[in-house]
Amino acid sequence: MTEPVAPGTPPEPVSAAPPGTVAAALAIWQRAGGLAVPIATAVLAFIVAGLVVAATGHDPLTAYKDIFEGAGYNWIFHPSTDTAAAAPYNLSQTLLQTTTLILTGLAVAFAFRCGMFNIGGQGQYIVGLVVANWIGISFIHLDSFLHVVLCIVLATLAGAVWAGIAGFLKATAGAHEVISTIMLNWIAIWGASYLFGDNGPLQGPNPAVPVSGDVVPGAQLPVFWGDQGFQGLHVGLFLALAALVVYWLVLNRTTVGYEVRAVGYNPDAAAYGGISVRKNFVRAMAISGAFAGLAGALDMIGYLYHFGVLDVQSNQIGFLGIAVALLGRNTAVGTGVAAFLFGGLLYGTNQGLTSGVIPTALAQNVTYLIQGLVVLFVGADVLILYVWNARKKVRRARAATTPEPAA
Amino acid sequence: MSVRPMPDSAALRAKAAEPKSIAIAGIVLGVLAFFLVIPPITTRSIVGPIVVGVAAMAFGFWAVRGGAGRVGWGAVAAGVIGLVLGIVATRSSVGNLNQVFTASLIADMLSFATPLTFGAIGGMVSERSGVVNVGLEGMMLMGAFWGVYGAAVSGSWVVGVLVAAFSGGAMALVHAYFAIHLRADQIISGMAMNFLALGITGYFYYQLEHGGYLSTNVKIPNVSIPYVKDWSFVGPAIGNLNLGIWAAIACVPLSYVVLFKTPLGLRIRACGEHPRAADTVGINVYGIRYGAVVVSGMLAALGGVYLTDGFVHGVFNENVTAGRGFIALAAMIFGNWKPFGAFGAACLFGLSTALASSGRLTVYSPNGAILFQTLPYILTLIAVAGIIGRTIPPAADGRPYKKQ
Repeated sequence: MTEPVAPGTPPEPVSAAPPGTVAAALAIWQRAGGLAVPIATAVLAFIVAGLVVAATGHDPLTAYKDIFEGAGYNWIFHPSTDTAAAAPYNLSQTLLQTTTLILTGLAVAFAFRCGMFNIGGQGQYIVGLVVANWIGISFIHLDSFLHVVLCIVLATLAGAVWAGIAGFLKATAGAHEVISTIMLNWIAIWGASYLFGDNGPLQGPNPAVPVSGDVVPGAQLPVFWGDQGFQGLHVGLFLALAALVVYWLVLNRTTVGYEVRAVGYNPDAAAYGGISVRKNFVRAMAISGAFAGLAGALDMIGYLYHFGVLDVQSNQIGFLGIAVALLGRNTAVGTGVAAFLFGGLLYGTNQGLTSGVIPTALAQNVTYLIQGLVVLFVGADVLILYVWNARKKVRRARAATTPEPAA
Repeated sequence: MSVRPMPDSAALRAKAAEPKSIAIAGIVLGVLAFFLVIPPITTRSIVGPIVVGVAAMAFGFWAVRGGAGRVGWGAVAAGVIGLVLGIVATRSSVGNLNQVFTASLIADMLSFATPLTFGAIGGMVSERSGVVNVGLEGMMLMGAFWGVYGAAVSGSWVVGVLVAAFSGGAMALVHAYFAIHLRADQIISGMAMNFLALGITGYFYYQLEHGGYLSTNVKIPNVSIPYVKDWSFVGPAIGNLNLGIWAAIACVPLSYVVLFKTPLGLRIRACGEHPRAADTVGINVYGIRYGAVVVSGMLAALGGVYLTDGFVHGVFNENVTAGRGFIALAAMIFGNWKPFGAFGAACLFGLSTALASSGRLTVYSPNGAILFQTLPYILTLIAVAGIIGRTIPPAADGRPYKKQ
């Protein structure tokens, strides 16, 4: 039922990467490389957020020190595996968040490398959660290993399909992926609210609370650090780290990755070279969604086990993936490091800060502030690089052609 | 032996038989098919909706044959929906129908549509000038928070509204600076606005809560229309609406006139369609775009302050907008970047929220009514997929402009 593009309609994203679009910006970005800009971006974001904290009469340095310790980063000063102590426990919790953020970050990063902006990580993550919960409370007589695999595979596929819808609409109808992924996010959020809500198909045994049932023990991931009953660190972390390797391999060592990057740099040139741009839009979105769906599965069978309507409405981890991917410059290593940073920020501000210099409710919002600032500055760092390069070029050109008269 | 001129009546008949008029008549019939079986008419026979619904579909197919594809298929869809819903409604008890379809449903629809209208009109102004604004949600949230703060501190709702508009405008100015001057990716910058607004309002909510600055009894007043409020049905529907609702409705023709009937509007649209051409004839593209983005932030913020200080009595909760800015974005797209289209979409989306809210569709299924909340998003997906006619954004929407 798709209409052919009528002559005279504005150029569709399928066929154009004019200067200033995500794809064109990326080209500059990926080539620029380097660590200085992302680090400067993060530092600047922390400084600005610190100024807000200071302006409201709190001590930002103490606050950041508390967050640092709350995140368990001080573990390197007291290395230990005993999660009864504060630092190791906090670190294990930070790594729990890092696991999710690596995957939701990759969900954004992979699409980015294909010149698309996947804002739908949140929805794809929720779809993954729902499917993993559904499988995890059914098939209770299944072999434990098979059950876990089934949860992970189906949730990953569900995420891929959910994102694939956006890719398909872009490939066939030219619908902008930003709009369709935003819409798909909210369909997933309200759909999950229905499923987990009162009298919903997936509501748990207690009819008074809108929360899903618990994933059966057989479908839960084993915990390797900490206590299964106290949100111990599950083996999903290794799957997330493996996903980073897979991401790097697929992008840099396979034909699929080559095509994805080619389309990301310049869809016109890629099409000229015989690459199907439309196919790559669908494929890249589906792979992106698979990462987010996997994140949902690992969270559900790793440590959440159940999910409620209020959690669905307030969860932001998929959106945080945007900041992770942007700060990590869509590279595997960068995404891993940025996920560890944001994981620490998320968990470090989640607990009562030890010195009480700012209340927990305030601290949690510092995370959102820093997230927003990072995304804002990263959006502009393309320009910083651009101006930097342009200025150097202009200077060189001027020195070569019109030597300035001595002052 | 000369050809006689066509008589006037035939010309009139030809005009009435234009495919588009037929299609619109079909849509009206489709609505009527459902209208027959709900209060206040409430016929209980399934014959009515079937006959009228089929007639609507016939009109639709006739119009499609005549070449009015998009509106024609709309009429067919209206016929099918009217028929199905009509039959479903005759199966439902009159008591339930009376609880769902009351005069206050219209009041609720308008009330839920108000923040969406403000946001959608705001987004339209910005995008017509060529700057994508996915930060509407954040700007709405800023207005929702600082509006309550302003009203609480000053004790005047007028000050609250002004503070809200200022906060939304200030946030939009940041977006404009990054999008226009720094030529950052407009979607990334817009998303940054959403995150920042969440952080700023959440932070200051807890910071100021302790000072007791965030509770107020002043709120945007209701407008009680003399005489009209005593009429049956119309009275409870529109006789005592909030001033904010009327302001949103007034924004619709106002933005239409400004955008499509004034030189300023022509300039704004020129910047959104072809900034280079606009620049060549001496239009200040950056200036127009800055103005449009700031106005869009102020409008979105007005939607926010209505939410916290018009809809309710000065109450702010964290993330109170809960995605309404995104529905506004959807309404703008669904309305094809046009004021009346955006308002129509906002009303449709408002209606779906009003129906899903407690005491209405919840009489049938307490939980299933939640699914109605997805309707705006599904409809927008269908709209951008181009299944019933494609929505077309301004040509230079989202493209940074570089002066030469």
